[in-house]
Amino acid sequence: MKKQPHKRTRDTIAALKPHYLPASADAGGAAPHRYHWLIDLFIQLVKTKPLGAFGGALVLTLVLMALAAPLIATHDPNEMHGMQTLVPPGSDFFFGTDALARDLFSRIVHGARVSLTVGLGAVGLSIFLATVIGVLSGYFGGVLDTILQRCVDAIMSFPWLIIMLTVMSILGPGTGNVILALALAGFAGSSRVIRSAVLAIKHSEYVLAARSIGCRQPAILIRHILPNVAAPILVLATLGLGNAILAEAALSFLGYGVPPPAPSWGRMLSGDGLDHMLRGPWLVIFPGLAISAAVFGFNMLGDALRDLLDPRLTGGARANK
Amino acid sequence: MMPTPMQNQQQAKPILEVHGLIVRFTLRDGALIAVRNVSFDLFPGESLGVVGESGCGKSVTFLSVMRLIPTPPGKIDAVKMRFSGMDLLDASKRQMRRIRGNRISMVFQDPMSSLNPVLTIGRQMREGIQLHLGLSGRSLDDRCIELLDKVGISAPEMRLKSYPHQLSGGIRQRVMIAMALSCNPSILLADEPTTALDVTIQDQILRLIRDLTRDLGTASVLITHNLGAVAGTTDRIMVMYAGRIVEKAPTPLLFKDPRHPYTQGLLRSIPRVDQPAGRRLYSISGAPPDLLRETIQGCAFAPRCPLAEEQCVAQAPSLEPFAPEHLVSCWKAADAHQHG
Amino acid sequence: MKRYITRRLLLLLPTLLLVSFLVFCIVRIIPGDAVTLMVAEMGFADDEAELRAVLGLDQSLPRQYWNYMRNALRGDLGTSLWSGQPVLEEITRRLPLTFRLALMALFWTLLTGIPLGVLSALKQDTWLDYLLRSVSVGGLSIPSFWLATLLVVFGAIWFRWVPPIDFIPFGEDPLASLGQLVVPSLVLSVALSASIMRMTRTMMLEVMREDYIRTARAKGLSEWVVVIRHALANSLIPVLSIMGIQMAFLVGGTVIMESIFVLPGMGKYLLDAITWRDYPVIQGINLFICTLIICINLVIDLLYGVLDPRIRY
Repeated sequence: MKKQPHKRTRDTIAALKPHYLPASADAGGAAPHRYHWLIDLFIQLVKTKPLGAFGGALVLTLVLMALAAPLIATHDPNEMHGMQTLVPPGSDFFFGTDALARDLFSRIVHGARVSLTVGLGAVGLSIFLATVIGVLSGYFGGVLDTILQRCVDAIMSFPWLIIMLTVMSILGPGTGNVILALALAGFAGSSRVIRSAVLAIKHSEYVLAARSIGCRQPAILIRHILPNVAAPILVLATLGLGNAILAEAALSFLGYGVPPPAPSWGRMLSGDGLDHMLRGPWLVIFPGLAISAAVFGFNMLGDALRDLLDPRLTGGARANK
Repeated sequence: MMPTPMQNQQQAKPILEVHGLIVRFTLRDGALIAVRNVSFDLFPGESLGVVGESGCGKSVTFLSVMRLIPTPPGKIDAVKMRFSGMDLLDASKRQMRRIRGNRISMVFQDPMSSLNPVLTIGRQMREGIQLHLGLSGRSLDDRCIELLDKVGISAPEMRLKSYPHQLSGGIRQRVMIAMALSCNPSILLADEPTTALDVTIQDQILRLIRDLTRDLGTASVLITHNLGAVAGTTDRIMVMYAGRIVEKAPTPLLFKDPRHPYTQGLLRSIPRVDQPAGRRLYSISGAPPDLLRETIQGCAFAPRCPLAEEQCVAQAPSLEPFAPEHLVSCWKAADAHQHG
Repeated sequence: MKRYITRRLLLLLPTLLLVSFLVFCIVRIIPGDAVTLMVAEMGFADDEAELRAVLGLDQSLPRQYWNYMRNALRGDLGTSLWSGQPVLEEITRRLPLTFRLALMALFWTLLTGIPLGVLSALKQDTWLDYLLRSVSVGGLSIPSFWLATLLVVFGAIWFRWVPPIDFIPFGEDPLASLGQLVVPSLVLSVALSASIMRMTRTMMLEVMREDYIRTARAKGLSEWVVVIRHALANSLIPVLSIMGIQMAFLVGGTVIMESIFVLPGMGKYLLDAITWRDYPVIQGINLFICTLIICINLVIDLLYGVLDPRIRY
């Protein structure tokens, strides 16, 4: 990342662009569009990261599936088809039916909605908390940093699943509570990454320049610091969505996730019980494939974005040290 | 293109013969020819200076001799590359390992990063000696202490137990030199050995290399971007530009009668004590060509050359004898009098 | 070194204090209806007021915190509402199993993750590297509970293998008891191994570009010695710190494995406690596990100092 004195947000955003992007993107001539770097990023992704682009395609599929679920699903996800329990996959029920004679394909398509809703909610909340803490801690430093970091230490020593189970056991079932539990389990780690990104630019020349010409603190924070942590946030959000989907599935699998009858992929794997699964193995295969594909897509896309946006982020461990 | 035989060394057989060396790199965004048809001989015990700007292929040339260029992406080709009669191009990996650190050794630019931070100095010194000389136990330690003593490190027994980060840059480079000379090599390759050091220490290190190689009868190659650094310590100098040798001459001759405009530029950009104060230091305008993007048809230096003519841009000159032992690759060699 | 350890230990105190405070708070925010449910469903007491008294919820918050901290420091984590046994005793009875499961998973993780990561780095951009990288991303994406369920379902369908329902205590038959843990620990290690492998690969690639690797090669050392002696130690230092973060992940994973394979460990106990609304147990397990993880991280930090001479004490 090039660090130059910047005056406007737009330029600051342009500075996010890795130096190895095509030179044309730097050309001053035409006024650079505010989101130019996102378009460049997309082109770069498709060109140089085939696996990342594949991940992106999976993510896109997932999003479309969630948006158009009623159009794609062949049946009502909660409709019970009489005696047709545990019907193997076929032309009528693509993925077969479950023990309650519900169409598995439609349930999985609608499950994308559940996964994405919970995932987006949790990641949104988690990233918001992480950004507030990371920016405050990194930018102001000193006692505030010490106190916040000790708190983050404390929260990070809770195992993710234990934190989520405990929160769920106390708050009781509900989609909102799942989102809250996931966010609480995830924001501390993210705040570390954002803090180190803030630390890295805090001492850069253009922030010093902005300070020296008398910019007020909030202005510096919003105009200069925040746009520069956009890259790590984008990466954290993408990888975080994968993790959140995985965590929601685990929570639902254990019976503490999104309450029934919502078609949660994780619950599909546990709700039917082993006896049914032995008679209808498709009940195990399809929901698991859906979870894996979604998580895989977000992981691949996140990895590729990280490589493209900021090589420094590779190896989160060093960001923590 | 064969270099003319060196008159004063006609009897001696060169210990290192390189003829027509070409090193290519295949990178994601294109192919790069880092070394273009480089030929030279190195005689036993002599000291050769190799001078040029960074990226001119001087390091790559000698890393190729050691076969330390990763292949791929690199590719080494040569008409001939022999070390005391042995073909380095066809040598097996095992044969190369027997040469490296034993017959030909190398000192690198940055002593901060060239030593392994998690191993003690002693451990890093011992492993080469153990491997090539087969020493062990007491005699191994004695050898290490003797070497550290020779490069002027005080309390060598203590230093063996130190980690690199506990030593200063100058001491670390001395350790590197001690390591490089530990198996009495025939050739010592020093790649910018003083660039990363304080100015006050640079001279000490250069003199140390000169004295030690002279005592041991080791041939040395001093690779540097600073013509001043090789003035007092080398017998011959080879100037490189954009992957080619542009001028090659005995050191005194090169300083007295440089023929390539690039050499002349380099010479004039050395700060001199005898120059009137307040005079601005000369610098060659422009930048060397980007070997990855630009295709060079004529002389690579032509765009920066004050004497460039049509011919220079159209056709590349070859390295031709200008005087006995003095080779120049320039169309204007005859009229390139030193000016300014 | 001594000063370093002392400093790290002192830094530990505020973290521990905060953790205990967080645990205290989490359990105190139980909404009123939870207590009602505890009475109605579980019959822990005759009425709400009595249960509040039993839980100590009738006292003022500072008083509650004082009692809680004093007891915790004495090693008293409270009494289970369900069994009437001290929570610490219940935990320590189940801990060895969880510990063995986690340790075995860690063993598989290191056994596969590090060598495969090194291999992938050394064969960078070959088909083997691509294969290993794809496998590792796959390993990270496949939920462990799905993998476990697949094994159970298809093990039964194809091989008539059913995970044993009766748990064999370690004291009775150590080998058979450990044998029961092989499959769960293997499943548990998949994701961990994948991330260790990725980290090892990244660090190896970085280290192999270092100048000192070139120096080692210029000495004429064989590639094997260069990798093992000069590259691996340097690459594993950052991998070690990842392990610290993974400890928390590992403990979470044991909960799932113990639940699927019906192993009477600490994770299963937590799930049961949640089902039984046994809040003293939930509070005790949280405090216990966090303290354990903080201590493990301390040990890893100290190891870090031992392995990397550049770290000054």
